[in-house]
Amino acid sequence: MSTQKQKLVVVGAGMASGRMLEHLFEVAPEAYDVTLFGAEPRGNYNRIMLSPVLSGEKTFEEIVTHDEDWYRTHGVTCRFGESVTGIDRKAKQVHTAAGETAYDKLVLATGSAPFIIPIAGKELDGVLVFRDLDDVDAMSKAAEKPGARAVVIGGGLLGLEAAAGLQARGMEVTVLHLMDHLLDRQLDASAGHLLQRELERRGIKVHCKAQSKAILGEGHVEAVLLEDGTVYPADIVVMAAGIRPEARLAVDAGLHVERGVVVDDAMMTSDPDILALGECAEHNEVCYGLVAPLYDMARVAAKTLTGEEAAFKPVETSTKLKVTGVDVFSAGDFSTGDGTEDIVYRDAARGIYKRLVLKDDKVAGAVLYGDTADGAWYFQLLKEREVVRDIRDRMIFGQALAGADTDPFSAVAALPDTAEICGCNGVCKGAITTAITEHGLTDIDGVKQYTKASASCGSCSGLVEQLLAMSLGDDYSGAPAVKPMCGCTHHGHDEVRKLILAHGLKTIPEVMQALEWETPDGCSSCRPALNYYLLCAWPGEYVDDAQSRFVNERHHANIQKDGTFSVVPRMWGGLTNPNELRAIADVADKYQIPTVKVTGGQRIDLLGARKEHLPDIWSDLNSAGLVSGHAYGKALRTVKTCVGSEWCRFGTQDSTGMGVTLEKLTWGSWMPHKFKMAVSGCPRNCAEATIKDFGIVAVDSGWELHVGGNGGIKVRVTDFLCKVESEEEVIEYCTAFIQLYREEARYLERTAPWIERVGLDHVKEKIADDAEGRAALSERFFLSQKYAQRDPWAEQAGDPGTRRSYSPLRQKVIA
Amino acid sequence: MSKSVYIGELEDIPRRGARKVEALGCDIAIFRTGEDELFALEDRCPHKQGPLSDGIVQGRGVACPLHNWIIDLGSGLARGPDEGCVKRFAVELRGSAVYLGPLIGNEAAPEASLAVEAE
Ligand code: SRM
Ligand SMILES: Cc1cc2nc3c(=O)[nH]c(=O)nc-3n(C[C@H](O)[C@H](O)[C@H](O)COP(=O)(O)OP(=O)(O)OC[C@H]3O[C@@H](n4cnc5c(N)ncnc54)[C@H](O)[C@@H]3O)c2cc1C
Ligand code: SF4
Ligand code: FES
Repeated sequence: MSTQKQKLVVVGAGMASGRMLEHLFEVAPEAYDVTLFGAEPRGNYNRIMLSPVLSGEKTFEEIVTHDEDWYRTHGVTCRFGESVTGIDRKAKQVHTAAGETAYDKLVLATGSAPFIIPIAGKELDGVLVFRDLDDVDAMSKAAEKPGARAVVIGGGLLGLEAAAGLQARGMEVTVLHLMDHLLDRQLDASAGHLLQRELERRGIKVHCKAQSKAILGEGHVEAVLLEDGTVYPADIVVMAAGIRPEARLAVDAGLHVERGVVVDDAMMTSDPDILALGECAEHNEVCYGLVAPLYDMARVAAKTLTGEEAAFKPVETSTKLKVTGVDVFSAGDFSTGDGTEDIVYRDAARGIYKRLVLKDDKVAGAVLYGDTADGAWYFQLLKEREVVRDIRDRMIFGQALAGADTDPFSAVAALPDTAEICGCNGVCKGAITTAITEHGLTDIDGVKQYTKASASCGSCSGLVEQLLAMSLGDDYSGAPAVKPMCGCTHHGHDEVRKLILAHGLKTIPEVMQALEWETPDGCSSCRPALNYYLLCAWPGEYVDDAQSRFVNERHHANIQKDGTFSVVPRMWGGLTNPNELRAIADVADKYQIPTVKVTGGQRIDLLGARKEHLPDIWSDLNSAGLVSGHAYGKALRTVKTCVGSEWCRFGTQDSTGMGVTLEKLTWGSWMPHKFKMAVSGCPRNCAEATIKDFGIVAVDSGWELHVGGNGGIKVRVTDFLCKVESEEEVIEYCTAFIQLYREEARYLERTAPWIERVGLDHVKEKIADDAEGRAALSERFFLSQKYAQRDPWAEQAGDPGTRRSYSPLRQKVIA
Repeated sequence: MSKSVYIGELEDIPRRGARKVEALGCDIAIFRTGEDELFALEDRCPHKQGPLSDGIVQGRGVACPLHNWIIDLGSGLARGPDEGCVKRFAVELRGSAVYLGPLIGNEAAPEASLAVEAE
């Protein structure tokens, strides 16, 4: 009987082939004599559970899916520990070290190979991957050494599961991730950031935007070196930077292979006697890396083998991170735009973030962090393409709440009068509704005042608002007390700045999470503001976000109407010399600058420079000692001076020298808006100091200090601040004033409107009257300058990667 | 007519940013959103030809760096009260590789200009 059975050879004893054989034996147990080759010296097991095996939460025995009994029962000839090295399609044989094996049908299920990033030192001992049990054994062994350190390259699902497992085994772990947030394929920035926080809290070090340069060591791994010079010592390095379909056999056999082995809907390769499935297969230009679609392939392949018609249809997949205690869920497409709507829920206190993306009244994507209980439900809605119009308002709160009824207030209305609304101050519902009617309260501030409800942490303010709305009906406007920064938040500028400091918020996603931003990644109005506030709050620590800056600050030049740029080098206090002028002239010639103009700020503007020339122009100017003039920035601009006592017959002090000194101390500083200074040598005021943000007019007995002037759209003459005698005092008052402005003004508010808002008395009090406070402000300014005084031109021109980004991409080959 | 050309890697385009590409005989801006979606539009604002690749990318829109028109990346149309339309091109991510395809829309794709600059 066995003679009429067909010979089926399966290459790879992994998750896909295991599942396929199960289906095959279900529908046609007698159809084939099966020979199963596996490169690993063991049978099929649940590869995805290697993560809990690594962390010690499971044993290998617990994750085996097919044991000897099973293979025996189904008559499978097991050739484990034996790699297939070639396929002879003519002879219909596969080759292994032991010889040839004939087939009638062949199934390729060879999975993937970990991608080893091509850097120096990748072949050192101790460079590991995370794919099979041997890798887990090697990692566990390394962890036995007390104090051993691991560096994991790749902050995707696999890398993070490796990191958590190694840390559970007692290793000191650092994760290096190329992109700007963890799990960038699965999560948006907010959730990625929360995840990073949680891992760091557990003691795993995370370095995002980490470009690995080399693995260092002699014979054995000793450290990993990044492009930015950072070095992380390591006893092992785990590469988890992605996978590549294992398609070498198919390539050698001349099958159609693109990224993976190309299969049709029936899992057939370009040879009708050879099937492929699992991660090594490519269907409709897609290779899969999760088991759900591979299981569907397994079902289809089993049917194809038995001559039944079946077609593989790609399905939506969802992902979870298998790290105990960290709940992350993501599914579908969470990109916004074009007819999509975002529903974002943030509960900062409990570390919860949920985001649903709706399109055409259906769920298109979901990201959940911290509370993933409803992941399955959202995924269901997504897959079934269910219309969610009627539950839209409540669905973010989960299935339990959304299922209720359609009255948005029903939950609050249903509460008894004794129910506590404000936990901080122990205020119950009855007390609030009574206060509203008795005192005729119409807004939340009134409720705060009379009952203290929501006066502390504010987390119950939503409930209080609902009670107000319920009691007042249409009379309730819910008008906010402060003007929000923008449509993304209900917080005003000042509040956000205060909370950044109070809660130690250090990144834009962190601010958005903690302050419960209502959009996923803000807008062009709040992002630049937050970037500045964080920069000001955490000097030296905050990493600037270029994509949150306007083009001029991103490219360190001013964009012109034709898309070219202007370049303005700094001329300290308006002084220059033949050398600098020659360099400028050379640049103008070499890069065919159409217009060279003297600006209103006492320096020279090179107009019409091409974007791709900027880095070269900058390095040429740099070599003559010229640095960026920040003519493009919300930053210190110019310090205009007049000739002063050095030359002028009326000059009372060295105004030029003072201007140069001040500019050398204050250049590079980022501000809420642009900031201009001027120093005149006498009250004739040729430097126009009395329409500058900070103006100085020299007199015989010292220096008069003026603040809050503005030329431009609405001219405002400065207010007189005070008079000082020494140069040291000028420096201290000036830098203290700048710092006060930096810390207190709202983004895009120049000193003139700022002073009008807070009052001159406030500024006098802080700068002129309070010696200690003034010194502290000045000290904070100099601390921030320690990190700010870097010439952005030199930095941009000096980094090859950044340099390249100024030039356009070009098409390369036809695909 | 689904010819497409390899123009670079995803990493070459900053997230929430863009990169200009010289291809198919004109300047094309390739945008990468916060969610890693890619879009390709001609790099010329319909208002006064501003270079859209230098704008601020925000959701599925870009704010032109010159006068702040917001162009929808999906449709190529100016949003809000402004009227105008930018040419769209097909763009596709295969693994980490970015491929630029032909013009999308009613007009035929400029096939002749697909000639490749050999490297
Ligand atoms: C180049 C220059 C004109 C010139 O050829 O002289 C200039 C050029 C521009 N000014 Fe100015 N301003 C220049 C001196 C001034 C001055 C005079 C001064 O600094 O002594 C003023 C009035 C003083 C003041 O600011 O209080 C001035 C008030 C403005 C304003 C109005 C500001 C206000 O608060 O009302 C704007 C608009 C803005 O910033 O929003 C502006 C904006 C601009 C912009 C950035 C417009 C833009 O967004 O493209 C122009 C950039 C052109 C470029 O690419 O260089 N420029 N601008 C001057 C550069 C000075 C420098 O060396 O950095
Ligand atoms: C640690 C870890 C955690 C994971 N977690 C998840 C998860 O949570 N969810 C999820 O959906 N997916 C997860 N995955 C991915 C999932 O395991 C894979 O998608 C799945 O195993 C792929 O199945 P496969 O049969 O195509 O390949 P594999 O399971 O890799 O099997 C291929 C087998 O073929 C063998 N082989 C290769 N070449 C030859 C040859 N020439 N001769 C003989 N044998 C050969 C290999 O040794 C291997 O044993 C995880 C993967 C890993 C490594
Ligand atoms: S005055 Fe107007 S036109 Fe002249 S440089 Fe300033 S912004 Fe441009
Ligand atoms: S050119 Fe784009 S908005 Fe004016």
